[in-house]
Amino acid sequence: MFIDVAITLLKIAFVFGLVLNIAGILGWAERKQSAVMQDRIGANRADILGLRLFGLFHPIADIVKVITKEDWIPPGGDKFLHTLAPFLALFTALAVFAVIPFGDTLHIAGRDIPLVIADLNVGILFVIAFGSLGIYSVVLAGWSSDNKYSLLGSMRAAAQVISYELALALSVVGVIMAYGSVELDDIARAQGQYVLGIIPYWGVIAQPLGFLIFFAAAMAETKRTPFDLPECESEIIGYFTEYSGFKFLAFWMGEFIEVIAVAGVVTTLYFGGWQVPFIDSQGFFVPGLFTIPLPHLLVVVIQVTAFILKVCFFCWFMLLVRWTLPRFRYDQLMGFGWKFLLPLAFLNVILSGVIFMSFEG
Amino acid sequence: MKIVGHKLSFLENIYLFEIVRGLVITTRHFFYNMFFHIAHLLGYQQDVEAAVTIQYPEQTIPVSKRWRGVHRINTRPDGSPRCVACMLCETVCPVQCIHIVAEEHPDPAIEKYPVSFEVDVTRCCWCGMCEEACPVDAIYMDSGKIPKAGYSRQDLVYDKETLTKEVPLPGYQRSLNPPGAGAPKVNPMGL
Repeated sequence: MFIDVAITLLKIAFVFGLVLNIAGILGWAERKQSAVMQDRIGANRADILGLRLFGLFHPIADIVKVITKEDWIPPGGDKFLHTLAPFLALFTALAVFAVIPFGDTLHIAGRDIPLVIADLNVGILFVIAFGSLGIYSVVLAGWSSDNKYSLLGSMRAAAQVISYELALALSVVGVIMAYGSVELDDIARAQGQYVLGIIPYWGVIAQPLGFLIFFAAAMAETKRTPFDLPECESEIIGYFTEYSGFKFLAFWMGEFIEVIAVAGVVTTLYFGGWQVPFIDSQGFFVPGLFTIPLPHLLVVVIQVTAFILKVCFFCWFMLLVRWTLPRFRYDQLMGFGWKFLLPLAFLNVILSGVIFMSFEG
Repeated sequence: MKIVGHKLSFLENIYLFEIVRGLVITTRHFFYNMFFHIAHLLGYQQDVEAAVTIQYPEQTIPVSKRWRGVHRINTRPDGSPRCVACMLCETVCPVQCIHIVAEEHPDPAIEKYPVSFEVDVTRCCWCGMCEEACPVDAIYMDSGKIPKAGYSRQDLVYDKETLTKEVPLPGYQRSLNPPGAGAPKVNPMGL
């Protein structure tokens, strides 16, 4: 009993340590990557004793600055809700990681340890539910700020997130049909099969259209460019106008954690989760030819590393999209969500159903 | 009002291919620049730029030969400032950034000299009228320097010693005479 709790705590420490570190580094990566994409150098001036380390001290400097800033609550605002909102944003973003499997079951000292914090049987529904709960932080932030522009910003954000949630959830239906489970661990495990004996049966092979819809809708859920109308710091005022100091940082970190969460979910649903092609629990193999046995621990380490690398790739890709595409206009955003993505998601569900039925039949 | 519209074709209208095209461009820039950044770190390909950034205080771009930088006071062969404290530059300065305190010079041929000659570069508008007004070519703006940032306003008021120490930018085309070459040869009739 005690050891189970200890193992779970260890897994939580591992996942949270990883996620929060990647989120911190993403703040640096966003500046540096955008700089490299635009032929610039990017932030590199923060130094400790002359050591610059490619500007890696900037996140630390940012955090020191933000923590020492005044934490201001609008006099007419609701103190409790105003304080609650940023932490709700962090919480909903972090809770998603509870169900994302980051490795195959680990057999060690006679125990079977599933490398997922909570192997819930609702799986992907949990992810979508917490994605929706994220709206509360946005709405409460706008509502409790005693600022009509913040309120308008939060309304805009809520409208956007609710609109894209439909397409998001519908695009997942295709994956559930393909693998016959809503449990993320089962979905990741099922992606270890092969089509025609050689192509890994990953979600993106089974659901190419579903992947595009899911990715677009999930980008919209993270409220980042090209869907960053909720914030839009440069033109129309966003929902966290009245936030300063650490609470602002909480929103900012929440956004990066959402990016990692989306990367994790996309990896799990569409890119094989922790699966590495041609490596399974027996070892490295070429289908139908030969197998090179590998020790169990090495396989698990390779798979966990592969999962982390895939997540990092998608974080990189989302930053790439964020620094490539301009922002949608509000009517374009709504039109894209309701008139394009949603019908496409319905079409995807129907097409997938027909295709899977005909293959089974 | 005439609205010039561009009818989007079907492929442009579904965004997807245009998005991919945009992503290809930024990805190409990313990997091209990353390749050279890493090569520079390892000491290769130093002559190919990975970024257009100029790291300002350490690197500067070459300025034009006619560009007006921080002021400089020319000196006589003995090292004293050539300024005769005639107050023409102080008078002509549109933002009143020059402050001269004059004193009688022991040499009766020179008559006056500046005890203090201060240029407040926070006020200076870099118009160059002081160097045009100067009858003895004492003040030039040919140092080719941008004033550095200072921690107080007083840091940015340059005194006589600072201004005398400045050296001209090589090949600067405003200089009528090289520094230390005696009084300028000016034809009052313009002939």
